[in-house]
Amino acid sequence: MIFPVNAALERYRERMDSLEPEEMVINLGPQHPSTHGVLRLELITDGEIVKEVIPHMGYLHRCFEKHAESMNYGKTIPFTDRMDYLASMNNSHGFVMGVERMLGLDQKIPKRIEYIRVLVCELNRIASHLIAIGTYGIDIGAFTPFMWCFRDREHIMNMLEWASGSRMLYNYIWIGGLFYDLPIGFEDRCGEFITYFKPKLKELEALLTKNQIFISRTANIGVLPADVAINYGCSGPMLRASGIKWDLRRVDNYSVYPEIEFDIPTGKGEMGHIGDCWDRYKVRADEVAESVRIIEQCLTKLTHEHKRTPEFDPRALVPKKVNLKAQDYYVRAENPKGELGFYFITQEKSDIPKRVKSRGPSFNNLSVISELSKGVLISDLIAILGSIDIVLGEVDR
Amino acid sequence: MLIEDVRNLICEHIGDDVIVAEELLGLQPALVIKTNMIREVCFLLRDHEQTWFDFLSCLSGVDNGIQAGTFAVVYHLASIPYKTQLTLKVVVPNDRGTTLPVVPSVGTIWKTAEWHEREAFDLVGIFFDGHPDLRRILLPDDWEGYPLRKDYQEAEMYHGISIQ
Repeated sequence: MIFPVNAALERYRERMDSLEPEEMVINLGPQHPSTHGVLRLELITDGEIVKEVIPHMGYLHRCFEKHAESMNYGKTIPFTDRMDYLASMNNSHGFVMGVERMLGLDQKIPKRIEYIRVLVCELNRIASHLIAIGTYGIDIGAFTPFMWCFRDREHIMNMLEWASGSRMLYNYIWIGGLFYDLPIGFEDRCGEFITYFKPKLKELEALLTKNQIFISRTANIGVLPADVAINYGCSGPMLRASGIKWDLRRVDNYSVYPEIEFDIPTGKGEMGHIGDCWDRYKVRADEVAESVRIIEQCLTKLTHEHKRTPEFDPRALVPKKVNLKAQDYYVRAENPKGELGFYFITQEKSDIPKRVKSRGPSFNNLSVISELSKGVLISDLIAILGSIDIVLGEVDR
Repeated sequence: MLIEDVRNLICEHIGDDVIVAEELLGLQPALVIKTNMIREVCFLLRDHEQTWFDFLSCLSGVDNGIQAGTFAVVYHLASIPYKTQLTLKVVVPNDRGTTLPVVPSVGTIWKTAEWHEREAFDLVGIFFDGHPDLRRILLPDDWEGYPLRKDYQEAEMYHGISIQ
């Protein structure tokens, strides 16, 4: 039996060639600020109403999986940074965790290293959510939050640059350890930032959360019911906004998260239905506050129980060569955007994997756009797309 | 729920011959399912009240190598109510000729599978039977070959542009 490999492509072309008289095709992107990168959406519209959305991806495809098959595990870490380039620390943390578990190293990592990892990951989570909130504001016409968010994010970028030597793509978390220990004075600087940032967070909330224009644009728009969210593989703030308390930091209890107190914000439908765009915004804003709490606890630990000592070597456990037996392993971690997964298939006596599949949260979260935007106005489609918070580096990998 | 219970559940409801092999030694145990029965097994595991595997974390297409002569599709399921995980695999022999290896699509069970299957089709060249829209997703529509296959040869030119 021969299967028609090109049948779907022909069906798609036929659909685009045989439009009804009232239908019109609008091409949104790939160069459009509200698509948050090089995403192209083909809209079939009837007047102002969107009838169908056909997403086209791949403009930023950089062959992560092919690269990973040609180099060893340590060399792949910089490539993971470039997937979700707004949360590079979280990406490399997920990748490194998978390799460490396969090596059996994960229980031996010193607590100080784990706390530093969690600290930088949560700083990066705040930075990522600030971008999400700021650009979401600008998508629907509020300019000030964008400037304020970028101003505050810049502090985090500077701190992480101080620690790792790079502004966005860090390569800081290594298999079995870290690139360097935190620079001297980092903990104090981080504490200063937290003191500075807390009132700013309140200002930001006052600017957006209760803003009537913002509420009118987002409440009851793009309502995503919980069952649809699960079926489409949505995770992270998308899933939590639909009312499901699902956070891998708590479910899997990885790293030192079991020792840290924090809550999991979920959507409550305060301004409309559970799972609307406003809820997704609110969950992110609440998560920033939770991350601040986590950072405070990490700083206490790093300055007291696990404080800096002269003999502490963050590279002590870094293996010279990653020697694995043939096995396969799927690791998942909570990224700012959702569940980041890596599926490794290793080769016997080789430090080059046979296959690495990465499951990007943005990729899965974006797949729900066609479902969410049936019959909405074009302006609401922009609000929905912004609330999904995608990073094209991760959609296309 | 342990993997033995899942195995017994599948044997009880669908049949003993559905599970071709078991991989119990690794960090994550896996069940290898008969290719043409994967859809029934997934339906059962998603909807049965003892399993509720309602979340498909990841679907990966794998080229097992030229010597093995097989392709595999690996399903990573997660259950949100029970907080459990499960790995399923199907293995399809293929001689890398003109026909692609064929696996039934699970897009009707988890919508998220649709894009993952498009990706596996795009990069590994696995045909998913019953998929509503199996177009390439990351590469251009007119791309030739499947880059994640072990025998993939890079083309020299693409639309008159040298790409080597």
